Amino acid sequence: MEKGVDLEERRPIYEPKIVAFCCNWCSYAGADLAGTTRLQYPTNVRIVRVMCSGRVDPAFVLKAFSLGADGVLVAGCHPSDCHYINGNEKAAMRGTFLSEFLEDAGLEPQRFKVEWIAGSEGQKFANIVKQMVAELEALGPIAEGCA
Amino acid sequence: MMGEKEVVGAAMVVGGGPAGMQAALDLAESGYRVYLLETTPSIGGTMAQLDKTFPTNDCSMCILSPKLVATGRHESITLLTNAELKKVEGEAGRFKITVTRHQRFIIEEKCTGCGVCAEHCPIEGANSFDRDLAPAKAVYVPFPQAVPLIYTIDKGLCIGCGICEKFCEADAIEYGMDSEIDETIEVGAIVLAPGYEVFDSSKRIAYGHGVYPNVVSNIEFERMLSASGPTEGHVIRPSDGDVPKSIAFIQCVGSRDAQTVNTYCSSYCCMAALKQAVIAQEHLPGLETTIFFMDTRAFGKEFEEYLHRAEHEYGVRVFRNNRISKVQQDQETSNLILSFIDGAHIGEKIFDMVVLSAGAKPPEMSRQLAKMLNIKTNKFGFCETDELLPVDTSMPGIYVCGAFSGPKDIPDSVAQASGAAGRVAALLADQRGKLVTKKEYPEEKDLTGQEPRMGVFVCHCGINIGSVVNVPEVMEYASKLPGVVYAEANLYTCSQDTQKKIREMIEKHDLNRVVVASCTPRTHEPLFQNTVREAGLNKYLFEMANIRDQCSWVHRLVPEAATKKAKDLVRMAVAKASKLEPLPQPKIPVTPAALVIGGGLSGMTSALEIARAGYEVHLVEKEKELGGHLRTIYGTLAGVDPQKTFAKLKEEVLENKNIKVHLEDTVEEVKGYIGNFETALKSGEKIEHGAIVLATGAIEYEPKEYLYGEHPKVIRQTTLGEMLASNKFDAKSVVIIQCVGSRNDEHPNCSRICCSTAMANALRIKREHPDTDVFVLFRDIRTYGFAEENYNEAARLGVRFLRYDPASPPEVMADGDALEVHVDEQFIEEKILLRPDYLVLNAAIHPNPDNKSLAQLLKVPQNKEGFFLEAHMKLRPVDFATDGIFLCGLAHSPRLIDESISQALAAAARVNTVLSKPFIEAEGVVSVVDEDKCVGCGRCEEICEYGAPVVEEVSPGVFKSRIKEALCKGCGSCAVECCTRAIRPKHFRSDQIITMIEAALADEEPEQEVKA
Repeated sequence: MEKGVDLEERRPIYEPKIVAFCCNWCSYAGADLAGTTRLQYPTNVRIVRVMCSGRVDPAFVLKAFSLGADGVLVAGCHPSDCHYINGNEKAAMRGTFLSEFLEDAGLEPQRFKVEWIAGSEGQKFANIVKQMVAELEALGPIAEGCA
Repeated sequence: MMGEKEVVGAAMVVGGGPAGMQAALDLAESGYRVYLLETTPSIGGTMAQLDKTFPTNDCSMCILSPKLVATGRHESITLLTNAELKKVEGEAGRFKITVTRHQRFIIEEKCTGCGVCAEHCPIEGANSFDRDLAPAKAVYVPFPQAVPLIYTIDKGLCIGCGICEKFCEADAIEYGMDSEIDETIEVGAIVLAPGYEVFDSSKRIAYGHGVYPNVVSNIEFERMLSASGPTEGHVIRPSDGDVPKSIAFIQCVGSRDAQTVNTYCSSYCCMAALKQAVIAQEHLPGLETTIFFMDTRAFGKEFEEYLHRAEHEYGVRVFRNNRISKVQQDQETSNLILSFIDGAHIGEKIFDMVVLSAGAKPPEMSRQLAKMLNIKTNKFGFCETDELLPVDTSMPGIYVCGAFSGPKDIPDSVAQASGAAGRVAALLADQRGKLVTKKEYPEEKDLTGQEPRMGVFVCHCGINIGSVVNVPEVMEYASKLPGVVYAEANLYTCSQDTQKKIREMIEKHDLNRVVVASCTPRTHEPLFQNTVREAGLNKYLFEMANIRDQCSWVHRLVPEAATKKAKDLVRMAVAKASKLEPLPQPKIPVTPAALVIGGGLSGMTSALEIARAGYEVHLVEKEKELGGHLRTIYGTLAGVDPQKTFAKLKEEVLENKNIKVHLEDTVEEVKGYIGNFETALKSGEKIEHGAIVLATGAIEYEPKEYLYGEHPKVIRQTTLGEMLASNKFDAKSVVIIQCVGSRNDEHPNCSRICCSTAMANALRIKREHPDTDVFVLFRDIRTYGFAEENYNEAARLGVRFLRYDPASPPEVMADGDALEVHVDEQFIEEKILLRPDYLVLNAAIHPNPDNKSLAQLLKVPQNKEGFFLEAHMKLRPVDFATDGIFLCGLAHSPRLIDESISQALAAAARVNTVLSKPFIEAEGVVSVVDEDKCVGCGRCEEICEYGAPVVEEVSPGVFKSRIKEALCKGCGSCAVECCTRAIRPKHFRSDQIITMIEAALADEEPEQEVKA
């Protein structure tokens, strides 16, 4: 059996849209590796490459939600692996603040994630996307009046 | 050196595999003209045939292809494909070489590589690239990414029907050419990199290769795994096309094998088999893979972890101590029956397929080369080298790298290639830069006031993209996006002919932005950036959409959704491209000096070779004297005492006027960047330099186990070596325990050298004290390459080898002065008691504890274990990701003396590529401050790890931040911190990112109407 065959059989009620900000060095490479190793995951994610997760302005995340994203992923290098020494720590701090803010605004916590994905973690990238899609499908569209 | 005669500032590299290409590129980048001779129609070597590479499972072609293109397009490299050496005259510094070029029967200048000829060729014959698993046409390119992409007519197959000539619109076909022509070339040095050949496993008759259809060789299997191979990546049984449920790998086919005379170990096949088993299981979940090893030789950097993952995560079944004697076939099912050793028992099992891990043998041209060049080969036909001069042949001016001097994997070959280039650069230093042509880019077009006019090139990547994503539909879609004035689809957008096409289209349609939808920018962006630059566009007016790695490959089962996503990705890339701006790349002058940190063997070797190439070197050593580890080594594998060579090396280093040695000193602070480092030493001295080599070595583990430090007769291998060298050894019985402090949970990897050093010492004991009993307690004997000969010899002289399982390691007990060693022996499954006079622990090599602070100082990464981590494990073995910083020797990972020297020479060659240039072009992706918005709060200065932003008082009481371009890494973190949004990270500006978000979430249909 081919990996991810279950994806084909899935009949989603709606197609959630995920915008993923991936740092060039680790998580974008991880996403590439998912490809090199032919791991199959849902097509719902659109990657925006940035040099460092520390470049991800909270405004980008808010913008994505306001334009109709159902979920946003910020992915960077693992702690201490950052190509720019600690840009990922900055991203993590902003992530914590953003999560709280988004929750206060009424968004479910599953809709915004900050994850560490190494260049060697193609599987992790694929799993995160799979999981996020499943969670967003379960949640359904963002409720009116939110975000 | 050459008397009154002048040397020639050019070199010939023989062989166009990864080693040959690396040597050629390093030489070309260091200011020498290079002729790269390759016998086949394309460069690429065996690596081009591989599907994946261990231990990263990188796609082989993906990492090779940019190198192929870089080599093919380098202005100082002349490719001589389909060629062979005919005659070599002269001497080091001045060789006159006659080269015979076999004709393609296609005019090289006219062929566009379009492939129409092959499409219409009616003849199908054997395909050597796919190991005859798929047919080839009589007019062909060996593989789609071939460089140069020029077709060749195989006169053996061609029937002369003339169909191709009719269809060739370029009029490139010319049957009537002379079949070969001779050319004479003058060079100063020769680098031999002809590689190796794979042992023909059908010669091992008992395995039935070529007789039983389901027995395949490792290279055949590799082609089968390859998505661009004959089965498009599907693993199938050749007998019936069924999907196999079980595959057995038989190791050491044509290596470690007295029957075939190839008694050496081929070094790479253990890892290659593990990789193939893992990849096959990824292709076919549920597949059972079993590998029959003699020993698992996972000795390289992070290889042991790969073995562990294969075994425990993928469930690859590993049997040791197995040399399978024969393969039997069940006539009805074509299944294969193997008998094997399972502990002390014999097992039998039926497999659906068998893969023969065929070893390496010298290239066919080996004998002829040796004769023509008068170089020595060993008894197997590999080029002979000295352990202490690993890239020198026996003839001055002729160097060797890669598998021709012994079987080895790609990173070791590439390191040797750079090393050989380093030796050549030192030899030809006087003539550096004399014969090279400088790459001139056309002046950048002025785009002021121009609206975006974009061209989109959508790649099929053979079938990699095209078989999932509807490429014509994506191209059609792209052509209608706002600002797009031209779109086309390519079979391979990365091929040389497409680069030409892109340049032509930029010209024809007056394009000012280019978008390529293909693979990942991580590997291919530089190639396309160079192409647009050649057409007069700033290289930052280019954007990529990753529709392969992040689309077709990961959505194979849903072609429609994948096509939709590909359109979205293209739309996002086009949206960003429309907002791209040309970015200037300041020219940074280079200080032609190097800093080498660490004065051991590697550091000294590297320093000396850089100095010989004509640059100033600062060699910093923290100890009172030079030498490092080398001071404790008294015998190499070949039985040579390196101390004499060491003394000579030390003298040369101390006497070389280009080298300044800083003893008892350390690096305190490093500022700057490639070309312009400024380093402060503890002594207070300040050094300005353009490049850095890290050669900080490693340490020998101080065992905590086996009574070490508690019992006087428990010693380390180095102490044994010292005792033997000083004739203080006296014992009736010696037990040597291997893998002490390595291959365990804390230090998961193999220390690589210990098996070889154990052999060297055991042999010395046996030769000098034949009555002394020597027992080696081991897990796997990893005497790779020609060291296998020492293993055989040790066994012949009566050294006894007992295998232990790490789950029940030997137990050591003291009985007063005496020692008891209890071993749970794995071959015979019995407990054995030994009472040695000495217990010798082969202690692991652990990373230097200083690495951590240096890593922070230089901002370079370490791996989990604490060794420094190179930029790429396969093709950039001595580079760090940070430009201008290189590594070699034990700082990289454990390695033998000759391997450290090769790497040290390689690091020198890589340094030469920096120091040989008067200036370096900086990256354009940096952040800038809009001073009108900046309030001078200093937050950016606070958070930047590179010290790039500095707040200055621009007028009394007015503070503004300014970012030093050369220090800025372009990460963009400061821009997010800036409370007034005064910082603009170029190429990743907020408006550029937001436009991508908008495009990602927009509807599919372009807003703009269809253009005429």
